[in-house]
Amino acid sequence: MRNTLRQVSRSANFMIGFVTVMLILLMVGIYPLFNPGSPLDMIGLGTFFKPGTYISMYDAVETATAYTLRIDDAAAKRVAAKLPMADRESMKRWLIAYGIAEDAIHTDDLNDLLNLWNNTYDESARPAGLTSAFRKSVARIDAALEGLLEPLDVRVYTTSPETGETRETARIKDNQFINVSEVVNTRRLWLGTDNFGRDAFKELLAATGVSLKIGLIAGVIATALGLMLGLLSGFVGGIVDDIIMFFANLFTVIPGFVLLILISYSIGQEQRGATVVAAVIGCTSWVWTTRSVRAQTLSLRNRDHVNLSRLSGHTLPRILVTDILPYIASYVVMALILQICSGILAEAQLSMLGLGPKTTETPTLGLMMFWGMTYAAHQNGAWWAYFPVILMIALVSFSMNLMNTGLDQVFNPQLRS
Amino acid sequence: MPDIMMNGAAGRDHVGELCLSGKGVTKVYGMGARRTVAVDHVDFEFRKGEVISIVGESGSGKTTLVKMLLALTSVTEGDIYFMGGKRDITTRQKKHDYWRGIQAIFQDPFSSYNIFHKIDAVLLDCINMRGGKGFSKEKKTEMMSEACKFVNLEFKELTNKYPFELSGGQMQRLMIARIFLLQPRILLADEPTSMIDACSRATILDMLLNLRAEIGMTIIFVTHDIGLAYYVSDTVYIMERGRFVEFGGADDVILRPSAEYTRRLIQDVPKIHEPWDFTKRSPRAVLT
Ligand SMILES: Nc1ncnc2c1ncn2[C@@H]1O[C@H](COP(=O)(O)OP(=O)(O)OP(=O)(O)O)[C@@H](O)[C@H]1O
Ligand SMILES: [Mg+2]
Repeated sequence: MRNTLRQVSRSANFMIGFVTVMLILLMVGIYPLFNPGSPLDMIGLGTFFKPGTYISMYDAVETATAYTLRIDDAAAKRVAAKLPMADRESMKRWLIAYGIAEDAIHTDDLNDLLNLWNNTYDESARPAGLTSAFRKSVARIDAALEGLLEPLDVRVYTTSPETGETRETARIKDNQFINVSEVVNTRRLWLGTDNFGRDAFKELLAATGVSLKIGLIAGVIATALGLMLGLLSGFVGGIVDDIIMFFANLFTVIPGFVLLILISYSIGQEQRGATVVAAVIGCTSWVWTTRSVRAQTLSLRNRDHVNLSRLSGHTLPRILVTDILPYIASYVVMALILQICSGILAEAQLSMLGLGPKTTETPTLGLMMFWGMTYAAHQNGAWWAYFPVILMIALVSFSMNLMNTGLDQVFNPQLRS
Repeated sequence: MPDIMMNGAAGRDHVGELCLSGKGVTKVYGMGARRTVAVDHVDFEFRKGEVISIVGESGSGKTTLVKMLLALTSVTEGDIYFMGGKRDITTRQKKHDYWRGIQAIFQDPFSSYNIFHKIDAVLLDCINMRGGKGFSKEKKTEMMSEACKFVNLEFKELTNKYPFELSGGQMQRLMIARIFLLQPRILLADEPTSMIDACSRATILDMLLNLRAEIGMTIIFVTHDIGLAYYVSDTVYIMERGRFVEFGGADDVILRPSAEYTRRLIQDVPKIHEPWDFTKRSPRAVLT
């Protein structure tokens, strides 16, 4: 036994898979401590905020200390941000139409471009080949450039609630900075927000936890059922075997997923908590565990140690538990891991069809996919709302399969001998 | 002590009472195209105190018959009589009682043990089965030591060991120690030496015969080796494809075979010292 554990711990495949799953679990457990609150809180008023650090604008002005820093390219960066490439291209087009040689225009060198522009641009000019709409849009760009090279201070005014008097409370110069760590309210949204304005990263971790729980419950139910039925069917044989195999065949003929859909549908949205869905998944996926446990039991049943155990007067449950179960235990562990994995996938599939757990109470990986799909996250370019979920599902099922491959490598030579 | 003759020599005269017999015993496996008649309407009468050999080729149905006799598999047709009456194994308790009277040693010692259990568990089971559940620990240890000593093993060296730490010969000897503790009336030995190296083989056989002399029991010895059967047994049953084609005293059957099959079996015996001479050795020698 200890020997087997040592072998298992030496299997690279198993350990990589195991450590990955453990790390995921650790994150799921620990992250809420740093970031308390329900993962379903809709903190963002709006959909699909981009990932990043969000800093309170109010606090930046009101409470943070201002420091003056002389940074040479600060102005250039500011101009660059205000003047996107598309605008520069429009400017270039106007200049060419006006008669400037193309190789004299450098859209990369902002200073050069702006100098050229300020010296050349004439709003009243009508260069040939340009529509009036285009000329208007260029005029708009020109207006925005006003003051770009010699920036004005931003003034903040406050109206006193008592006197109704408005006065300037702050004046922000272009070289004033604040230290982000001094801003009272900041929020790191690693994966931005989803369509409801929920913190997507927090939701992802919570959903992973729930999905693992669903997988575990479904896997344990399926494996326990499969194990019990398989042992009985294989060892007792006769009519018991016939009845169990009849139901196993029935479940094989009706595809499990169709059954799952039908049952989930008939339970109804209100009753479908995460646990119920897990139980339903578990109850529809015991068949192949039953079959393989039965096959293994059949081959063990005629082994001499089982015969001797019977001759020693041991009872049926005792023989099953002490003489059969230990021999197939390694196999059952592998079956359990696979069942957990397929339970997670089944939940994801069900939820994608809108038959998953009740949507307002729990986040699950499947539900996140469902909402991402419903709100067309992929068309909005909001990759953070669905891609990490796919990645997480893949990661979980990949590491579980890796664990299984490792176990297989350790156990199989033993089974063959 | 059981009412069994303590002396093996008495068996040869067929004076013992019947201890196990069968009428039309049949076993059919499977159905339809896969139907196999493994044992086909066999009749037999095994008498107390004898060593009976059942000889047959591979696949002739020996193990199947043994399993039926042990009540490990159902009998398709026919009746088995045990100690004068029809065998009754309808309830768990009755089966349990039956197994107190009839025990077995199997062919493959390596698969006879639960590899997850320590060796002590096997012997303790035997003591419990004989009603020794309440015995003190010292008494149990003493019984186990005695049983081990009988098969030339040291209990102190075996205790707390797992089966895979033993050699095949040691495992099979421990199986005999198990029988020593159980003291059944009938022992079914299904090719107990066929997986053992030649040296241990003689030891194991001698121990079996010693045990029979010690506790007095009937041994039903299953083998495909007719020479071995002649070496150990009083009565020989020859089995061919699920039927007994010939049976009788060992000398009668082997020295004057009537069935063609028996003659072929005898010819197949590997002859190291040509010519094979059955008159040279006496099976009784091993008992003394
Ligand atoms: N569980 C089973 N199911 C179906 N057929 C069986 C089963 N066990 C044995 N048989 C068949 O019954 C026949 C007799 O088998 P059995 O094991 O009794 O032979 P045997 O004389 O013990 O052979 P060996 O000397 O090789 O041990 C064989 O044809 C075998 O294929
Ligand atoms: Mg056999």
